[in-house]
Amino acid sequence: MSNAPVDTGRRRFLTAATAVVGGAGAVAVAVPFIKSWNPSAKAKAAGAPVEVNISKLEPGQLIRVEWRGKPVWVVRRTEEILKGLATLDDKLRDPGSNEEQQPAYAQNAVRSIKPEYFIAVGLCTHLGCSPTYLPDTFGEQVEGVASGFFCPCHGSKFDMAGRVFQGVPAPLNLVVPPHQYIDDGNVIIGVDQGAA
Amino acid sequence: MVKNIIDWIDARIPMTATYNRHVGQYATPTNFNFWYFFGSLAMLVLVNQLLTGIWLTMNYVPTAEGAFASIEYIMRDVEYGWLLRYMHSTGASAFFVVIYLHMFRGLIYGSYQKPRELLWLFGMLIFLVLMAEAFMGYLLPWGQMSYWGAQVIISLFGAIPVIGDDLTLWIRGDFVVSGATLNRFFALHVIALPLVLVVLVFLHLIALHEVGSNNPDGIEIKKNKDENGWPKDGIPFHPYYTVKDIMGVAGFLIVFCYVLFFMPEGGGYFLEKPNFEAANPMKTPEHIAPVWYFTPFYAILRAIPDKLLGVVGMGLAIAVLFVLPWLDRCKVKSIRYRSMIHKLNIGQFAVSFVVLGYLGAVPATPALTIAARIFTLTYFGFFLALWLYSKSEKTKPVPERLTH
Amino acid sequence: MKKLLIALVTLVPSLAFAAGGANVHLESANIDLNDTESLQRGLDKFQHYCAGCHSTQYQRYNRVAEDLDISLDDMRDKYMVVEGAKVGDLMENSIPEVDAAKWFGAAPPDLTLVARVRGEDWLYTYLKSFYHDESRPFGVNNTVFPSVAMPHVLQDLQGLSVKQEDGSFVTTGGKLTAEEYDQVVRDITGFLVYSGDPVKLERESLGWWVMGFLFIFFIVAYLLKKEYWKDVH
Repeated sequence: MSNAPVDTGRRRFLTAATAVVGGAGAVAVAVPFIKSWNPSAKAKAAGAPVEVNISKLEPGQLIRVEWRGKPVWVVRRTEEILKGLATLDDKLRDPGSNEEQQPAYAQNAVRSIKPEYFIAVGLCTHLGCSPTYLPDTFGEQVEGVASGFFCPCHGSKFDMAGRVFQGVPAPLNLVVPPHQYIDDGNVIIGVDQGAA
Repeated sequence: MVKNIIDWIDARIPMTATYNRHVGQYATPTNFNFWYFFGSLAMLVLVNQLLTGIWLTMNYVPTAEGAFASIEYIMRDVEYGWLLRYMHSTGASAFFVVIYLHMFRGLIYGSYQKPRELLWLFGMLIFLVLMAEAFMGYLLPWGQMSYWGAQVIISLFGAIPVIGDDLTLWIRGDFVVSGATLNRFFALHVIALPLVLVVLVFLHLIALHEVGSNNPDGIEIKKNKDENGWPKDGIPFHPYYTVKDIMGVAGFLIVFCYVLFFMPEGGGYFLEKPNFEAANPMKTPEHIAPVWYFTPFYAILRAIPDKLLGVVGMGLAIAVLFVLPWLDRCKVKSIRYRSMIHKLNIGQFAVSFVVLGYLGAVPATPALTIAARIFTLTYFGFFLALWLYSKSEKTKPVPERLTH
Repeated sequence: MKKLLIALVTLVPSLAFAAGGANVHLESANIDLNDTESLQRGLDKFQHYCAGCHSTQYQRYNRVAEDLDISLDDMRDKYMVVEGAKVGDLMENSIPEVDAAKWFGAAPPDLTLVARVRGEDWLYTYLKSFYHDESRPFGVNNTVFPSVAMPHVLQDLQGLSVKQEDGSFVTTGGKLTAEEYDQVVRDITGFLVYSGDPVKLERESLGWWVMGFLFIFFIVAYLLKKEYWKDVH
């Protein structure tokens, strides 16, 4: 060991420089490891927008389609149901759909582009169970309301616009996915209205 | 605050003591040269293999039907999957480059000699497990070379008298290499062998730090201590060798990343061409060669014109390395102070090993087979000659202190 | 010692021979992966002439479209050979493997990775080396791949090569000149080289950044090491 005086300033500087450069390198190395957890091209392809033909839907009927692995409902609402929606405001948590649970083009009284068709992700906003559609017997859950959605897991209730009732565990209205009408009989789920 | 936490931990486990014993106050010879980078680099590559390996299992499908496609899925569909996969495949070859150089270092400076025999044995076990690990890993892409390479290597066990055929059947779990083989190799490759490897590396380091590091002069620095009991030719591992090893890591990564980003197939040696074709049990590729790191031993196998003796010869070529500490009867460790005959012997051994490696990679022809036989003899000749001359070798005087 | 010398003498020429591999001379394909137009033409020809039988089932239409600068609509309209395929699908082919094996004697292999198995020069030369041979089921053979099971699907472009008595080939009846045909083959080969390793360009450009970073890191680490080792030397 030589006893030459140590230039501590230089030593500190170089230690810090190596640590910073090495640290930056370590962060860069972490990038591929982290990014590899993103949905793969396969998952994205499987989650691609789906086209649904709604021309054969009967009034009151609900169909389920799979989009990104989730159940998406398409319900054809009758005039009667639509009239009923307006009367429920005082029973709902968010009657005006102020929370961003829907695209801007579906932020209206009936939460849809065309009032007749309601499209929503069929997963409860509480803990992710899929609520049951009760077209005739919803009155047992909420008096005076003929139809709606009832979650069997923890008893959350939603009206025919997917709006959550008060006094149930679910905090938010059902999610309306991005969707777009190509023509009268076909709708694409997963692409925003107005997007190419 | 920090001190309080450290004190609290130290009262419960010997954290600071362990750090000092193995890093902060580990006395390291001052004269390590280029050859001494490869131990820490092997550690770096091991970490690389463990991390990228764990990440690859997240998307790899260990079935005969899905394995090949899942590799291409990783290469194409998973974000940066290609990078993780190339890091792992390039890392496998880098591991052997580093390990072979590390072993050669031990050879030339006599690092296997007393008192480091056990250190050497742990190292040899690491080498053995690493070969098994690499072999099983190579089956997983389920390409043509994976499949037929595994077929050939497993068939080697068939040479064992009496139990051979039953043994190969048992290893494969089927009449040929199949999904059953793939599944068990996957399990061993990703869990069992890495665990063994990590334990062995731990033991290797414990053994090293118990006896202390050898050095290019091959003298024990512990024999010359100052009044405080610190070796006069020793410096603490940290900071001196940590900063030096960081520099070594940077240098190594330049080479490693060059291969990784610009020639990940390694000229067909790191990723062999036929392995880009899915395994086909009905069709053998025209030329089967193991991956380059096995070719020296494979050349020995092929050189011997008898199935059983070939396998024995190949096994012996590895086994003889285990007993190296007892074959070398010389008291002087480093090549620097040993006889000319020893230098020549090590030189010819290195040449034999490299040439055998080449011969194992190319198709056999009659002339090449003769060459392989000659170099097989010189390979084993190294050990025999070493045993013979080392007893009464004319060595140069060994200095008292390190020379640099 | 004498034996060793003899061995070394015999070794050298045999090594040279072993390194040569296949005996057929391969022409250089000169692929340029930056030539997107060539790759586009290669995709066009591949989907038109090859994709009926050969899948490239490890890659997806939308990824190829993105990498080759083709719009998804063009991809969908021109190149998606399988009925009902979506742009995110893998590029599979339309004939079932069993039928294919019956028609050709062997199922046409998937070609996603063929450039990595065979090499670009092999592919390029192979596609140029079909010649007339009555003894073969499809009336053609190949100098690079003798007894090949594949017909000469590009015959209307290249014409038919006929072996002359002196061993040379004369090609007649093609729609393209020899140079134009070479370009077509180069385009197809280029597309297959791309397919085999689609990330190559991205990998290499990232590689330069990594090399640059490591160079800086090495210098800093070297200076740090030198500073500390002043204590020792």
